[in-house]
Amino acid sequence: MNPVFFILAVVTLAGALGAVALRNMVHCALCLAVTFIGIAALFLHQGAQFAGLVQVLVYVGAVAVLIVFAILLTRSGDARKGVAVFSRSWKTGLLTAAATLATLVAAIVNSPGLLREAPRAPELSVRQIGLDLMSQWLLPLEILGLLLTATMIGAVILAMPEKPSGEPAPGPEKGARP
Amino acid sequence: MTAASIDQVFVNAKQALLSLLPETLRPGLSMAINAAAILGTFALLFAVATLLERKGLGRIQNRYGPNRVGPFGVLQPVADGLKMLIKEDILPRQADRVVHFLAPIALVLSVLLAYAVLPFGRNMAPIDLDAGVLYFFAASAATELGVFMAGWASRSKYSLLGAMRGIAQMISYELPLVLSTLGVIMVTGSLSLVEIAERQAPPAGAILGRWFVFTPWGLAGFLLFMTAAVAEANRAPFDLPEGESEIIAGHMVEYSGFKYALFFMGEYLGMFAASGLAITLFLGGYHAPFAFLGWAPSWFWFFAKLLALLAVFIWLRGTLPRLRQDQLMNFAWKWLLPMSLVNLVAAGVWSYSAAWTLPGAGFVRWASCAGLLILPALWLSRGWRARVGPRVYRYA
Repeated sequence: MNPVFFILAVVTLAGALGAVALRNMVHCALCLAVTFIGIAALFLHQGAQFAGLVQVLVYVGAVAVLIVFAILLTRSGDARKGVAVFSRSWKTGLLTAAATLATLVAAIVNSPGLLREAPRAPELSVRQIGLDLMSQWLLPLEILGLLLTATMIGAVILAMPEKPSGEPAPGPEKGARP
Repeated sequence: MTAASIDQVFVNAKQALLSLLPETLRPGLSMAINAAAILGTFALLFAVATLLERKGLGRIQNRYGPNRVGPFGVLQPVADGLKMLIKEDILPRQADRVVHFLAPIALVLSVLLAYAVLPFGRNMAPIDLDAGVLYFFAASAATELGVFMAGWASRSKYSLLGAMRGIAQMISYELPLVLSTLGVIMVTGSLSLVEIAERQAPPAGAILGRWFVFTPWGLAGFLLFMTAAVAEANRAPFDLPEGESEIIAGHMVEYSGFKYALFFMGEYLGMFAASGLAITLFLGGYHAPFAFLGWAPSWFWFFAKLLALLAVFIWLRGTLPRLRQDQLMNFAWKWLLPMSLVNLVAAGVWSYSAAWTLPGAGFVRWASCAGLLILPALWLSRGWRARVGPRVYRYA
C-alpha cells in the first residue's frame, strides 16, 4: 500500500473516531476538523486538486468554524458527568450499521462497473471544471445560486429584530450615539 | 555577472545544491530547500518588521522608539527574541493543556502553508499550482480555528471574548477579500499566481507595466483587498480581537514566552502573505514598474513592494483609531461586500470593452468603469457622517 495514503487514512480515521468518542464537545469538533483536512489531503493525493482545496475551504474554513461557534453560543463545551459514551440503543445502531455496510458492499461488488476494465480517472484541471460549470452545467449552477440567495435572505429576515406592528422599525444602528 | 544571472541567482544556487545529491532524493529535498528558504527569509523579515514598526510608530507619535540596544536600536529584535525564548511558559491551571499547546502551532502552520504558491521572483514560486489563488485561501482558512483554539483552551472570559470577536471578524472580511480578487481571475482567466504575475509584464516596446492596479477596477479591487487584508490580519484599525484597552490581548492573554511569540509571528506572517498576494494580483508581481528598470532582479522588486506595503500597514496603525464592533460589521457587510460585487461588474465591463475601436474609446472605457465604481461608492456612503457623529469622550 502507498505509505502516503496509509498515513492520511490513519489520520482521517483517528480524527473520525475522536469526533464520536471524545467526551468534550469542543474536542469532538476539532477532531472533526482533522478528519475534514485528512479527506482533503486524500483528494489531493488522488490528484483531485479542485475537490481537495474546496473541501478545506468549505469544510474547515466554514463548517468546522460554524460548529465551533454553535457550541460556544449554545452551551459550554464541558463534558456532562454520568452520561455513558454509548447510548442505550447501541445494539440496534450496530445492527443497522452492519446491515447498511453489507448492502453497500453487496451492491458495489455486484455492480456491472467492476466487471469492465476500470476506466482511468479523467484528468480534470480546474480550468476544465470552470468551463464545464459555465457552459454545460450553467442552468443547475444558476438554480443553486438562486436557492442560496433565497436561503441568505431568509436568514437575514430571521435575524432581523421583531418590530411591533404599527410602529416604525427601529434602525439597525441603535445605540450608535454615546 | 549579468543582470539575468543575478536575477536567477537563487534558482541556480538551488540547482547546484541539488546536483550534488542522488537523483532519488531530489524532489523531496527541493521542497525542503524551498520550505527552509521561506522560513528563514520571512522569520528574518518578521524580526526586521517588528523593529521598523516600533520605529515608525515612534516617529508618528513624536518619540524615538527603541534606541538602546545596538546602534539606533537595530539589535532590539535580537533582545526581544531572547527575552521571549527564556521567559517562563505559564499555563493556567484550568486550561485545556493539549489544545492550549496546539493553538499557536495550528495558527502559524496554516499561515506558513499559504506561502507555498507565492511567486517571489521569476521562476521562484515554490509550487506553481493550477489553482494557486484557491490554495492560498484554503490554506489560510484554518487560522480561524487556531484563534478559536487559543481563546477556548485558555478558560478565560477575555480570551473567549477575543476569540469570538476574532472569528466573527475573520469570517466577515474573508468574503470581500475573496470577492475582490475575482476581478483579476476573470480578466486573466487563470487561478495560477505565476500566470497572473506574467500577464502584468510590460508589453514589448511599452514603458509602463500592465499592472492591474492601473485600471479602474484594479485600483478599486486593490483598495478593497487591502482593507479586508488589514482586517484579516487583526491589525489596527481592525484590532478589536486584541483590544488591549478592553480585553487586554484577546485570545493571547493567557499565553507567554515562546507561544506568545508564535502568535505574534503568525500575525506578521499573515500580513506578509496577504501583501504578497496583493502584489502578485494587483501590483505586477515581481515585475519592475517601468521597462527601463528591468535590470534590477525580479526578487528585488517583490520584496521592495512588500516593504512598501508594510510601511502602509504601519502608517495605518499609527494614524487610525480603532473601530467599534457595530461599525466593523456594518462596514464589512454594508460597504465592502456590495462594493466588491460592483467591482466584479466593472471588471466584466472592462474586459468586454477591450475590443472597442472607436475614437476616444479608451477615455469612454475608463470613464464608464470609474463611474460604475464611484457612483455606488458614494451612494453606499451616504449619510455616514450623521451615523458616526462627533466623538464625545465622557470619561477622558
